[in-house]
This record gives sequence, C-alpha cells and structure tokens, in this order.
Amino acid sequence: MTPHESWGRYPKSQAARILELAWASDVPDLNRLPHPVLPYGKGRSYGDCCLNDGGILLDASGLDRFILFDPETGLLRCEAGVTLKTILELILPANWFLPVTPGTQFVTVGGAIANDVHGKNHHRAGSFGCHLERFELLRSDRGRVLCSREGNRDLFEATIGGLGLTGLILWAEFQLKRISGPLIDCEKLRFETLEEFFELSATSDKDYEYTVAWLDCMSTGNKRNRGIFLRGNHSVTSGQNSTRRRTAPTLPGFYTPGSLINRPTVRAFNWLYLHSQLHQSTDSTIHFEKFFYPLDRIAGWNRFYGKRGFLQYQFLVPYERREGVTEILDLIAMSREVCSLTVLKVFGTTQSPGLLSFPRPGVTLALDFPFRGESTLILCEQFDQVVQKHGGAVYPAKDARMSSKSFETYFPRWREFSNFVDPCFESDFWRRVATPRPLSQ
Amino acid sequence: MTRRVLILGATSGIAQEVARCFAAERAKLFLVARDPEKLKALTDDLKVRGAESVETYAADLTDHSSYPLIISRSLAVWGGLDAVLIAHGILPDQVSVESNPALLLNSIEINYISVVSLLMRLAIALEEQRSGVLAVIGSVAGDRGRRSNYVYGSAKSALATFVAGLRLRLAAANVQVVLVKPGWVRTPMTAHLSQNFLFVSAEQAGRGVYSAMISPRAVVYCPWYWKWIMGLVRIIPEPIFAKLNL
Repeated sequence: MTPHESWGRYPKSQAARILELAWASDVPDLNRLPHPVLPYGKGRSYGDCCLNDGGILLDASGLDRFILFDPETGLLRCEAGVTLKTILELILPANWFLPVTPGTQFVTVGGAIANDVHGKNHHRAGSFGCHLERFELLRSDRGRVLCSREGNRDLFEATIGGLGLTGLILWAEFQLKRISGPLIDCEKLRFETLEEFFELSATSDKDYEYTVAWLDCMSTGNKRNRGIFLRGNHSVTSGQNSTRRRTAPTLPGFYTPGSLINRPTVRAFNWLYLHSQLHQSTDSTIHFEKFFYPLDRIAGWNRFYGKRGFLQYQFLVPYERREGVTEILDLIAMSREVCSLTVLKVFGTTQSPGLLSFPRPGVTLALDFPFRGESTLILCEQFDQVVQKHGGAVYPAKDARMSSKSFETYFPRWREFSNFVDPCFESDFWRRVATPRPLSQ
Repeated sequence: MTRRVLILGATSGIAQEVARCFAAERAKLFLVARDPEKLKALTDDLKVRGAESVETYAADLTDHSSYPLIISRSLAVWGGLDAVLIAHGILPDQVSVESNPALLLNSIEINYISVVSLLMRLAIALEEQRSGVLAVIGSVAGDRGRRSNYVYGSAKSALATFVAGLRLRLAAANVQVVLVKPGWVRTPMTAHLSQNFLFVSAEQAGRGVYSAMISPRAVVYCPWYWKWIMGLVRIIPEPIFAKLNL
C-alpha cells in the first residue's frame, strides 16, 4: 500500500524486505538478518539516502511512542518514529514549539536527526541537531548505546546528519522552545534583484526569528530573480490554541503519467504567486501551519511530477562567495530544464555538532527539477562545478546523483565519519558516494 | 467524567490506538498484556498523551488462572470500570493450522475460548455494578467462512454469536455489549499480508473502536463500508462463491 520510495521518486529502488518495527524492546537481531539494513521513517528524504536496493529497510514509523514530556521545562523524549506533526499536536496546547522545523511536519524525529534538518530559523537556532540532548542508538556491534555530548560524544556527533548509517535511533530527547500561541506575525516583501534579497536578509535576521525567500528563476530578462521575502516571529497574541486537524486530500495510488510541472505551468504559477503580492510589503498574523508547512496541505504533491519523479538540488556557498548563487541561476536560465521551486535562505553561524551536517555559514538555495533524464543530470553536474569552485556543499538529504568525488569535496570529514558506520548498515546513497570503502578496513 | 477503562491485549496494534484515544480524554487506564517492557513503553506514551492514571498487569491471557486477579484488581483500583475492551487475538497462518492440530487448537483457544472465559467473568462483575460498556474485537472474517482464513473466521463467528446472546442478557443490567468488526488493518498482526486499498491504519481502526465504545451500538463495522461489503459477500450463492477463491 505505502511504497517505500523516496520523496523525489528517483531513483527507483527495491528493498528485498521491509521490516516493520513496532517496539523498541523487540527489534530483531541485526546481525542475523541476511542483508544490510537501513532505517526508514516517512520517506521524506528526496534522494536515495533513505533507500536500500536489495537490502532491508527497517521501517521505524511504528516506534511512535512518547516517553516523557515536561510541560514546565519543555524537555521532550520520544521514540524515533514519532512525527513532528504528532509532537506539535501534543506540545502546542502547552505553548511549546519545535526548536527547529523543516518545511514539512510529516518527518520523523529519527529522520530529522539523520539528516540534521534545518529551517527558517537557522540564522538563530542552527540545525535540529543543535537542540538534541541525547538519544539511544541500537548498533549491530555494540547493542544499545546512549549518546550525548557527555557520553559517546563521537557517536553522538556522527549520528547527527549521519544519514541513518550509524545505527538505529531508538529514541531521542530534545529541548522545546517556549511560545505564547500558535500564530505567527508574518511579513512578505517583494524584491526585484538578488542584491535586494541579501540586503533584506541582512537587515531582517536581527529582528526576525524566521526568514526565507522564494524566487522566480523562470522568467526572462530583468524579471528574472524577482521574489518574495518572508519573515516572521511567533505572535504574542494567543490565538485559538489548537492545531487544525484538517487532513489534506489524498489521491491514493494516483500519479500523473507525465509531469504536470513544465515550463508554462511553472511560469503561470510564478506569475500568479508573485502578483498575489500586490503591495511592496504585507503584514499578517497567520496560523503556524500555513507559515511553516504550506506544501503539507497538498498530500503527495511529489506525484504531480509524474512517473519519472523529480530532483531537488540544494547547495550552499559561503556568504562571501554568494556570487555562486547568481552563477547557478544563470546556468538554469541558459538550460532547457524547468526549475519549479526556488527557495533561498542565509544560514547563520551556529555550528551543528554533526560530523556530516550540511548546514554551515553561507547562503543556501534549493531547486526542484522534474526529472527529464540525462539533461537534468548534466545540469546538476554543472552546478557541482560551481559549488566546488566556491567551496560550498550539496545537501545529501536531497541528493540522488552527486559523484563520490563531489561528496568527498563537500564533506572532507567523510572518512572519519565512515569509521562510525555500523557494519550492518548501508544505503543506496552510501554505496554510491563512499566507494571505495574506508581506509580503516 | 473521567472514564475508567480496562484493556485486555493492550499491546495489540488496534488496542494501543484505542488507549491513545482514551488518554486524550484524560481517562484512567488499566492495561493487561504479556510483555512488561511493552507495557512500560505504552504506559509512558499514554501518560504523556494525557492519561490521568495508567495501571498495568503483565499476564498471558491464555492462562485462565490469571483472570480472577486481573478482574478484581482492575475493579478495585478506581472502584469500578466504565469500559472494557478485549483486544487480544492472533491471526494464524491458514496453511499451518490445517496441518498442525496443536496450532489449530491454540488459535481457537486464544481467539475464542480465552475471550468468552473473560467475558463470562466480566459479565458478572459489570452486572453487579449495573453499568459499563463491554467491547470485544471481532472480525469481518467471521461473517462467512472462506477458504483462506476459515479457522480464524470460525472463532470470530462463534464469538459474535456468544456476544449477541450476552448483550441480551446484560441489557437488563444496563451494561452495553459492543462487537466491533474491523476489516483489514495495518498492524503487526497483518504485516505478512500483501496490502490493498481496503487496508486502514491502526490509528483509524482504533478511533473507530473508541467511538463505538463511547456511543455504544450492538455491532459496529470498522470502517463502516465493511458492513456493505460483507452484506454482499454473505448473499453470494455458494456455487459462485466457491469459484471466487477468496
């Protein structure tokens, strides 16, 4: 019923077996399984870091129990398969919020750690891993290992952003953030050029907890790279204190045979979106779900890309090398590929403990492309040249195609990391980027 | 009103979700299952989700000698029970039970004998109390014998008949007896089956059972459309049914 695929639905991959885990106390002996294993949460990683072709996927979405929540201090401990949505339903009425949230609430806590996810408040709060107190790993060679900054620190750091390769996360504990209600005071501002975006970002990051921008890169001439800058703070006015339980419409098993996302539809969408912003700036107070998770309202939106799926390319370059962003946008303009979503954000300087973490100081740009075969891959390869020239990196959680050479450049500590990979764990991503196997073996 | 709820077979996929629904309304829960570690995990979860109080009792429900203590304790903790759910059961592999008599009897024991044995004892307790809801998880498999699962189905079918009679008896004592018949539910019990679009999540099924317990009806199909599916399945003439290979 629910296929175990990645969010981008490319590449196709077939696990030999899906092992659904229901109890943390009842996980089968990993050493006695016939194939390499990989934890799987909700399949919200775009590329192949959540896939294990011919191997075993440990579906951890059944490990969905809370263990402890202190409404006084905001400390939360839960099993790794609990989704951020479930957490929000619990904590919001008590006026707590996630310290960091990605653009969807349908991810599991385990997935948030394994990809060390970031959000619109990276310039303030860093990534998800920055707020972790501790977690318990189940390893094939060492059994249960409690990891924190105090104990097993090396494994703690390897697991944050460790792409699920360092063992199965059983539960995690992290600190929530105090808020007064579910509303966000939000402001939208038009910008006409990238320079304007950088200015807006620099002036906003001091006063606004959440900042992000959307960009129209499909228009031509001087209309290109216009966009909308979104900034917001948790509202102090307490609105109706409930999460909306409205579920998005689902189309089970439905996908469009061809991609609905093409040049005319994207242009039309971008034009509408841009012009829905009639004034230079608009203020509003909106529900947090609308602010953080606009796409969650369309269940299975990835299916609009048709059978072939799509690629997301998210990279970052150091702030002082931000001309790299322009160079990449120029490459898109010159290509025949369709870029359907463009999200831009300036990262802060908060360092994640994660050994293989993606976020670091700089500018990040996320780009969605319907997968059209070789030509899409070639364009991404050209992006890689630019990112490498500027000393940047590409986000593994979104990646389905980077070469092992690129990976090694982006993540120079990968060899150190590979020493912490559990001997029974593998993924399509890891087999692709980390060959030959590490020196230590 | 804080409900006092006893759940037998509390670690089953559906029962866990029912318990979560009760936790959300700040109920008091008495959970019985075999594995103490799982009971502990469940207790923590339900407390965080709002349960006012959670008591547990680790017992193997095939062991009938544990029943008196389970019932007397659960009644004593909060001085009565408002709702009881019997949720334990197994889905035996049809091919194995056909060739293994021990397995066959064991599945009947768990799915039928232990349940009615518990029901009889609970009936006396609730009759005395003169209130309460007694809910049992049956199955759509009990509506018609099928080639692929008639052993499981027969136990659920016998259970349905038992419950129907018990309902009439307890009505006089103001005790409501509910039989919930889930269709296919994604739980650890059905993990080995290949799934189709009729499968619902344990969460969905759990909410169905919960609402059947909150506003009790005699027989509840879960989800509702199984009532119509099984209505059809029941009237298919035998010669045609035989060819359908269900």
